[in-house]
Amino acid sequence: MSEPGDHLFRREAGRMVAALTRLFGVHNLALAEDVVQDAFVRALEVWKLRGVPENPSAWLMATAKNRALDILRRERTARTYAPELSRLLESEWTLTPVVEEAFGESAIRDDQLRMMFSCCHPQLPEIAQVALILNILCGFGVNEVAAAFLTGHAAMEKRIARGKKVLASSKRLFDLSHSDAQLLPQRLSAVQRALYLLFNEGYHGAHPELAVRADLCVEAMRLGELLLAHPTTATPATRALVALMCLNAARMPARVDASGKLSALYEQDRRLWDGALIAKGEALLDHSATGTTITEFHIEAGIASLHARATSLQNTSWPMIVSLYDTLMTIRPSPVVALSRAIAIAQHEGAERGLAEIAAIEQAERLADYPFYFAALGELEHQRGNGEAAREHFLHASARARNPLERDFFERRAQEVDE
Amino acid sequence: MSQFMYLYRGGEAGGTPEHMQQQMQKWLSWLQELTTKGHIKTGGDPLEPTGKIVRKKTQITDGPYAEKDLVGGYTIVEASDLNEAARLASGCPHFDAGGFVEVRPIMKM
Repeated sequence: MSEPGDHLFRREAGRMVAALTRLFGVHNLALAEDVVQDAFVRALEVWKLRGVPENPSAWLMATAKNRALDILRRERTARTYAPELSRLLESEWTLTPVVEEAFGESAIRDDQLRMMFSCCHPQLPEIAQVALILNILCGFGVNEVAAAFLTGHAAMEKRIARGKKVLASSKRLFDLSHSDAQLLPQRLSAVQRALYLLFNEGYHGAHPELAVRADLCVEAMRLGELLLAHPTTATPATRALVALMCLNAARMPARVDASGKLSALYEQDRRLWDGALIAKGEALLDHSATGTTITEFHIEAGIASLHARATSLQNTSWPMIVSLYDTLMTIRPSPVVALSRAIAIAQHEGAERGLAEIAAIEQAERLADYPFYFAALGELEHQRGNGEAAREHFLHASARARNPLERDFFERRAQEVDE
Repeated sequence: MSQFMYLYRGGEAGGTPEHMQQQMQKWLSWLQELTTKGHIKTGGDPLEPTGKIVRKKTQITDGPYAEKDLVGGYTIVEASDLNEAARLASGCPHFDAGGFVEVRPIMKM
């Protein structure tokens, strides 16, 4: 394998399952998954002793393709396959070309989109949609999905199994071009929402090992690129969503410092921000300003862009950020958004105002377990010289920390503000 | 230096894609290390799990399906003696998959 951190198997898993499911039909999802698993087992057996082939991805695809041909020939009468392809799969004359075509690059791209849309079935709760995407399209095992969401293995297994049942009972994969065209806008926004959750889980995620689960962010961005690459799904909202991911991901290298410590925005080394990703995010954000609907992705990308363009905390356009948060509160109000708004107001108008805004947050009880609620109180008490209260708040934050990185960070602040 | 054959027996590959890829990385770095230290000329060969069992001219059966601890592959290594050959095998990632390594001296002429 080329370099460490390369997730070839995981990445190829989603592409292979998508292509195979297109051939076998969505009711045979489990069969497609078995074929993929067999291909990996075979790759492991052969490569471990002979070395990795020149083009490992093509090797895996060819193995899966040959196995698919075997199955389609041998079990021609025992099973039914994709209804829209069944006639073509029955004849030996058309079987091979159809299978070849299904494993072509552009077909695989479209198949992944179909699968993504199918995973976001309205019968499934959002969290199950994201879990299915991670499991089927990103090649995460059940235990890896469970770890990403801090859920028990059994609960996640049940959730994914139920999701697959819903998926397998739909007659075919979601069709972006023809028959499902009228369902597309609604389903597309579900897909965008799922990718947004996936990215945020990685970015702010409550993972016990790493505060920033870069893998989840990378996957969300990879799937976002697939949406951008297709004319039907490259809408202004999609551009805004991917812009948001780029602009936030650009700041990731500075969120955890060299010694593995979490660092707050005010102490981040801004030179570590990824300039290329910022430029890409800005360009996408510019292109997202068409059409009539403004989504929460537009607003959040706008906020991320203002942060990314600021040379320091002091030089940040806080009034503009506050007004974007005002808009966000009308589109998608939540106590967390209200908290972010209050913090922005404090940057601009001082700690007293910020604390007053925090005190005015509606449904603040929903923040009772949110460590950054207490951290915000701590920072603002610290700013107005109330060291003792600040320390108390940071200790509360620490008690609610979701991983060791967060805990270390809050404990460090608790000490610093009391000095 | 004497030659030895490592027979990789038993074990079952599986798990998540990420797990299998990590397993492979382990194999590659284990064999790489043995190669660097001059114990290995080639990595060896994997064997198909299927085949034929030929007992007599007239008795050819499919197999060896049912056999426990099937040989999944082999590697030929060079070591000063059997003890060293066994010691070199102790880092083999095959144990992670529940398998074991049989170390057999290759007879000299």
